[in-house]
Amino acid sequence: MKKVLRAMLRNPGGMIGLIILLIAVCIAVFGPMVFPNSPWRMAQRPFVPPFTLPTVPLGTDALGRDVLAGIIYGARVSLLVGLVSTLAALTVGVPLGAMAGYFGGRADDALMRFTEFFQTVPSFALAIVLVAVLQPSIYSIVAAIAIVSWPPVARLVRGEVLSLRTREYVQAAVVTGQSNTWIICREILPNALSPVIVLASLMVATAILLESSLSFLGLGDPNLISWGYMVGAGRTVIRQAWWITVFPGVAILLSVLALNLIGEGLNDALNPRLAKDGR
Amino acid sequence: MLSFIAQRIVKGVIVLLAIIVLNFFLIRLAPGDPAVVMAGEAGASDQIFVQQLREKFGLDRPLPEQLFLYVKGILSFDLGFSFRQQMPVSTLILERLPATLLLTGTAFVISLVLGIFFGALAARWAGTWADTLITVLALIFYATPLFWVALMAILLFSVALDWLPSFGYETVGANYMGFAHILDVAAHLILPALTIGLFFMATYARMTRASMLEVKRLDFVKTARAKGLGDNLIQRRHVLRNALLPVVTLAGLQAGTLIGGAVLTETVFAWPGIGRLMYDALLQRDYNLLLGVFVVCSAMVLVFNLVTDLIYRLVDPRIEFAS
Repeated sequence: MKKVLRAMLRNPGGMIGLIILLIAVCIAVFGPMVFPNSPWRMAQRPFVPPFTLPTVPLGTDALGRDVLAGIIYGARVSLLVGLVSTLAALTVGVPLGAMAGYFGGRADDALMRFTEFFQTVPSFALAIVLVAVLQPSIYSIVAAIAIVSWPPVARLVRGEVLSLRTREYVQAAVVTGQSNTWIICREILPNALSPVIVLASLMVATAILLESSLSFLGLGDPNLISWGYMVGAGRTVIRQAWWITVFPGVAILLSVLALNLIGEGLNDALNPRLAKDGR
Repeated sequence: MLSFIAQRIVKGVIVLLAIIVLNFFLIRLAPGDPAVVMAGEAGASDQIFVQQLREKFGLDRPLPEQLFLYVKGILSFDLGFSFRQQMPVSTLILERLPATLLLTGTAFVISLVLGIFFGALAARWAGTWADTLITVLALIFYATPLFWVALMAILLFSVALDWLPSFGYETVGANYMGFAHILDVAAHLILPALTIGLFFMATYARMTRASMLEVKRLDFVKTARAKGLGDNLIQRRHVLRNALLPVVTLAGLQAGTLIGGAVLTETVFAWPGIGRLMYDALLQRDYNLLLGVFVVCSAMVLVFNLVTDLIYRLVDPRIEFAS
């Protein structure tokens, strides 16, 4: 673990990503303490341009709400949804993939057809339909993102398990009479972890993009402010007030970029052989 | 070959049926009794009318029978009725389909051509400033939300520079004919197509670059170099050609994502395609229309995947037909 961290720190991209993400996490955790005012509250007159009033440094929107406060509170929603939906996707994808790879045969066939089905269906369209039908809320958004993003996890884990299953130490575990569950959880999965970690960091990025796209279309949780919602709300007045759409968009861009950089950095750190060749 | 095609078509039909069944249950998950919702949408809600609707749409029958009727209906392209728009869902979708095909098709070609071009450029000059610039830009565009790119494009090219129109399919009321009409549509197409294209361009550029650097190390490239072939020729004929296969594979799998991109882009640019239709259905909570668009999108993705699958088999003889 220490070695991985050190390799990460040597990778300039990964380092930048880590710094941006740390800032975003700090904003999400501590921001609301510094900024106790609700982002829904009217802070000033509408359409205050940015960098003109010290109380609202990034300006106000069409209803006089503070754009900076929105970005600070929105960080919570974006990061939380990204993290939780990825964890949910992992709890579906990892066991399914492990079972398919370990048991093979019919089980593998059936599970992989099931996975393929979810990979064929256009994911964003399915997410829209799911959230619309289940009614927009933080729970339905997390569920929809998890449902459309678990298939790559299952496929990856299956591939890893398939190749690890025939290793001698796994066969030794079989000979000593360990149960299948024990072998999968204790012998195989820990060794399949590193590609899953890389994929997971990229999935958090995709989940943030998905959440912002859903909120942009008006499918966000109506009680929580989010970056996508802010861009969507500022869209109609973009000609008068560019800042309402520009700043939240930059926030999304930076967080997603940071996570992608971390994913690549992790990939290089965990697979040093590939990294050297790729550059 | 024929048996392979037949196999793939059968598989596609099974997936399509599964999607239709999923859709059926999603409609039933939608809030409210469908008959009451429909009655409300039609502007009346007395008991007799609701009962009539139930009978008309078979909602009073047992669930398996309803499912059977639903599947039968969809297979004859009856996707239900949109009470909000007072039109059959299939008519609405067919009306909007050409615009979406034009938009996604253009975006697909732009992104593939430019993506491969820039990716090859970056791989060719790996380690130089050109490579760094392309890699960084690709990384940024890959992380930018599509709807935001669309809005920034409008801010820059329509509001600030006033070069291109920011919404719609053609200039309303201009009634251009012939070539002038084509030019008018093209001007409206540029921004939305580039918006979708940019994200995919970034994807393909990254993939092409990585794939080319990988192929470059293979033995046959050394052989070509030993034969005394020029560097440009090796890059083009030997490296790029072999590196393209994974890129094309990836592109073939992007159809679904392309549709997702179309929903966001068409919404921002008011492009009259099925993506915008989906957004309108969403705003009005028109579930019949929403799910109809979803089924059609899924079917389109299926067909696209099938076609790309066949093309591979033709392009790359190493892939066996039997598998």
